[in-house]
Amino acid sequence: MSVVFAPTIGLRPRETHYCPGCTHGLIHRLVGEVLDELGVLGRTVGVAPVGCSVLAYDYFNCDMHEAAHGRAPAVATGIKRVLPDRIVFTYQGDGDLASIGTGEIVHAAHRSENITVIFVNNAIYGMTGGQMAPTTLIGQRTTTTPGGRDAALTGYPMRMSEMLAQIPGATYVERVSVHSPVYVRKAKKAIRRAFEVQVAGKGFSLVEVLSSCPTNWGLEPAAALDWIKDAMIPIYPLGVLRTPDDPPAYLTAVQPQSDGGAVAGSGMPPATGVVGGDSRGAVPKEGEGSAD
Amino acid sequence: MRTEKCILAGFGGQGIMLMGQLLAQAALDDGLEVSWLPSYGPEMRGGTANCSVIISPEPIPSPVIAHDATSLIVMNLPSMEKFVPDVVPGGFVLVNSSLIEEKVTRSHVEAIYVPCNEIAQELGNAKMTNMVMMGAFVEVTKCVRPESVLGALEHKLGERKAHLMDGNRAAFARGAECAVAARA
Amino acid sequence: MPRTLMKGNEVIGAAAIRAGCRAFFGYPITPQTELPEYMAAQLPKVGGVFVQAESEIAAINMVYGASGSGARVMTSSSSPGIALKQEGISYIAGAELPCVIVNVMRGGPGLGGIQPSQSDYFQATRGGGNGDYRLLVYAPASLQELADLVQIAFDKADYYRNPVMVLADGMLGQMMEPVEFRDDLPRMELPAKDFAATGTMGERAPRVINSLYLKPEELEEHIHRLFAKYEAMKVNEPLVETVGLEGAEIVVVAYGTTARIVRSAMATLAEEGIHIGLIRPITLFPYPMGVFETLPDSVRQLLVVEMSMGQMIDDVRIANEGRLPISFVGRTGGMVPTPALVAERVRELLGATAVGGATEGSGATAYQGVGTGSTTGGAR
Repeated sequence: MSVVFAPTIGLRPRETHYCPGCTHGLIHRLVGEVLDELGVLGRTVGVAPVGCSVLAYDYFNCDMHEAAHGRAPAVATGIKRVLPDRIVFTYQGDGDLASIGTGEIVHAAHRSENITVIFVNNAIYGMTGGQMAPTTLIGQRTTTTPGGRDAALTGYPMRMSEMLAQIPGATYVERVSVHSPVYVRKAKKAIRRAFEVQVAGKGFSLVEVLSSCPTNWGLEPAAALDWIKDAMIPIYPLGVLRTPDDPPAYLTAVQPQSDGGAVAGSGMPPATGVVGGDSRGAVPKEGEGSAD
Repeated sequence: MRTEKCILAGFGGQGIMLMGQLLAQAALDDGLEVSWLPSYGPEMRGGTANCSVIISPEPIPSPVIAHDATSLIVMNLPSMEKFVPDVVPGGFVLVNSSLIEEKVTRSHVEAIYVPCNEIAQELGNAKMTNMVMMGAFVEVTKCVRPESVLGALEHKLGERKAHLMDGNRAAFARGAECAVAARA
Repeated sequence: MPRTLMKGNEVIGAAAIRAGCRAFFGYPITPQTELPEYMAAQLPKVGGVFVQAESEIAAINMVYGASGSGARVMTSSSSPGIALKQEGISYIAGAELPCVIVNVMRGGPGLGGIQPSQSDYFQATRGGGNGDYRLLVYAPASLQELADLVQIAFDKADYYRNPVMVLADGMLGQMMEPVEFRDDLPRMELPAKDFAATGTMGERAPRVINSLYLKPEELEEHIHRLFAKYEAMKVNEPLVETVGLEGAEIVVVAYGTTARIVRSAMATLAEEGIHIGLIRPITLFPYPMGVFETLPDSVRQLLVVEMSMGQMIDDVRIANEGRLPISFVGRTGGMVPTPALVAERVRELLGATAVGGATEGSGATAYQGVGTGSTTGGAR
């Protein structure tokens, strides 16, 4: 008799707190399976966010850090820099990554931290009970947009993956969905590829996973999956936005010179002679007239 | 020895901070206690710069010179106007007369005028202006040994710039001579 | 080792590396920027890591990650930047992680100024972050003490699994003084870092670095555990320097560079035959309460001097328990009090009683650790 379905060793054998029909558990499982299949589970360190998946540290069967809201990429940076041979991932929701943590995610990508980010976008704040997220759709009712999201007041849905894909350091960026088995399989492939990028030492990888929130969307689980397909995907198109094979053209235009400068006309400042400063009270050094 | 409390002031680029550091290093090498405190702020290149050096055989309590400077080095006019009132009676004011035409009008302080830029240029290197002043200062105050200042400079220049030592030694000596002549 | 002339901010970096710090996360802000610059240049030479973070918030959270990974780690900033770090400091204390945080204080509130100040006393000792937690806070007054205390701070952080703050000011960060990196600093026997979440390697159950306790009874128990550590600190860690308490009618209480200004004032007053004492707390938490209980009978009043509107005065009141009248003099906003200002206030307080106390200068310097804590060596 062959085993066709079994719990993954990548997750701890315990019940999750997620609502019925929520796809967080499914996404956890995909991450757990990939870590196991790549043979890296033992040397993986994860970072959990604040949001619905705040307790993810209890579910993943690896060492975990629980970060402050939005700071997971900074925490992951601290871990990866002192433990460069570990596999480090963050698991973040849309409030965590796209709202309070925009600075951290942008700069982790910008530095091309060799980490993997699992970004779960369900277009709403779940844990706090259904408030507007940066990714909430126009017209979508939330407890803080009771009349539906109005772009004039709150802006348009924020497409984090498109935005991050513009960053030179973002090596691999893909958006997937888990609204049907076919898409779940594709999502797993993307997650696998993202971790492979990290294993290969190629830098920052991120997979955005469109996820459902039946509770706060006010939909039955099956209808919620349909809503991902019908309402979310048109705004958040699926697909690969960046791979290690297609760096942006302006990156290849800059060839570092031996003296640390950049090729003239590349539009990039030279690497030397640039002094960082504190915008809150810069203190240029005294032009030292040395005694020579 | 008494406690030497020296304010060094000028504009950025004149090597004010370096002068203070050489003095501090020399004091340390002479086995004395020393503190070096810079002004810091949003001053631009070419703006004002000053530092306070306290040299004493005893541990130094406050590193701040609060209207009790025993000596003052001024390399430009704004510095002279600002700091001369901070010198105690009987203190020294060393003036870079190449850039400051005005005289010290205060009484009970001894002003020594040293044409630092001119001497440095005569010796062929305008960057040695501060070392001319150092020579005069050490001659007047005797708060550190001249060899210690030159030793500190030699260390600072390192091997790569060791060839500059001869010029700087000459600049230092000319400054000292100038001070002797001025006080004679 | 011979004494070397160094700048305060660089002393901090050199001391940290000597203490085994191999990770630094920071952000430029005056007047501490030479420290991250120093670390950027020096850490790679010893196999350490330096990251210029995108913000102080990111920097302190990188510290959280690195510390949770078992590294000896430090961050530094100046007042407004330390305000930004408060979130992470609270999480680090909550997750019981060791780290050293340096604040080279400048004037505030808000953007404030960039000149030396001591107006972050509350922030350091009362905690700007949320929740029931404390930091061990060192307040060095000289670069030698800075060199010693930064090294000791790393051991204390590991020992207590708690963030330790070194509270300096712009003057200390910017000035140069001779420093000796001593080989005889007290070293502690430290527990293994068996909390570090570095990967299970398939050999043990997963570890979690965390400050979340959803069940209030569990959170309360956790906080009680934290406070048992703080109580141990209160017994073992207070450090204080006292000067000339015997025979003094007025005792000045001042910390950090301000205490040095007071020493200059003491010298001036001694020439006039006025003898005052000095209490210089070296730890601000735990505060050296004990020294106030055993003051000589000659002491009639206390004068607190700070580069702020008077923040430490609250702790002096607590320590004094209403025994003696307390006065205050200080400058703030980046203005540095002069010895003359302090001396004048002392004369004023002595008032008609004119010359009080002994006619000798300041007496013998006792640089003592209260309780069983380690001292950091000779007075400046």
